[in-house]
Amino acid sequence: MEALFFYLFGGLSLISAGFVVFLRRPVHNAMALILTFFCLAGLYLLLHAEFIAVIQVLVYAGAIMVLFLFVIMLLSLEREESLQDPRGRLRRWIGGFLAVLVFLFLAPVWTLQVLPVLKGTFPPERVHEVGNTIWVARLLFTDYLLPFEVASILLLAAIVGAVFFAMRRL
Amino acid sequence: MPLSYVPVFVFLLLCLLIGVLVIALSTLLARRRPTPQKLMPYECGMDPIGSARRRFSVRFFVVAILFILFDIEAVFLYPWAVIFRELGLFGLVEMAVFVGILLLGLFYVWRKGALEWQ
Repeated sequence: MEALFFYLFGGLSLISAGFVVFLRRPVHNAMALILTFFCLAGLYLLLHAEFIAVIQVLVYAGAIMVLFLFVIMLLSLEREESLQDPRGRLRRWIGGFLAVLVFLFLAPVWTLQVLPVLKGTFPPERVHEVGNTIWVARLLFTDYLLPFEVASILLLAAIVGAVFFAMRRL
Repeated sequence: MPLSYVPVFVFLLLCLLIGVLVIALSTLLARRRPTPQKLMPYECGMDPIGSARRRFSVRFFVVAILFILFDIEAVFLYPWAVIFRELGLFGLVEMAVFVGILLLGLFYVWRKGALEWQ
């Protein structure tokens, strides 16, 4: 049953990722990317990472995609030719080369029957006792208290930066 | 445990099905007699002014960025709410510091007038 869902979400995410790359209209690409994010959320759920799955939908499919769509609309692409970069050919080769490198790096996984996993401090049984979100919370608000508070300062800096640059231009 | 999410999946499938069904039925059953008026983009009853592919004001973008930043703040509130009782007063204080720092940001945004549409 789980394998079925894995292949469903995995296959769908690959197909929709293909649409992200190959569709002609930028807004359609963005819509396909939303589908990809949803499929990734499904894969996270299968990994028992409920928190990440929900955040994936909430932040990536929700908030980040709003930004993507705004950028597409800000660029005001009336004609598709404006997308064609004269230096595109070289970039395409670089991109292809990097993709092949990643593939070669990941390819050995296929030859393994069982992945050699080190047992960490959080084996699945321990996580399943209370659930993923509770463990994330426990660690975040005790052991990782300082990074958590620093995150608020990072967000503050981003807020100030965004307002500063936006107000200067207008 | 992931199997307990099957209802969610069924729900999503139903949503998809209804959406596809509505579009499919209206393309199959509706009769098409297009007139220039019918093909006009619908703009809240107004006659459209110019093309729909206009450049958006950058102000929308500022609002979107601020939305994301406060959205991330909300993300931290979820795990906090889950173990709020476990943490007790300590948790309340640490979240107060976190939200307090971001409130400074909100105050800055407000004072700078980035929320106004002048």
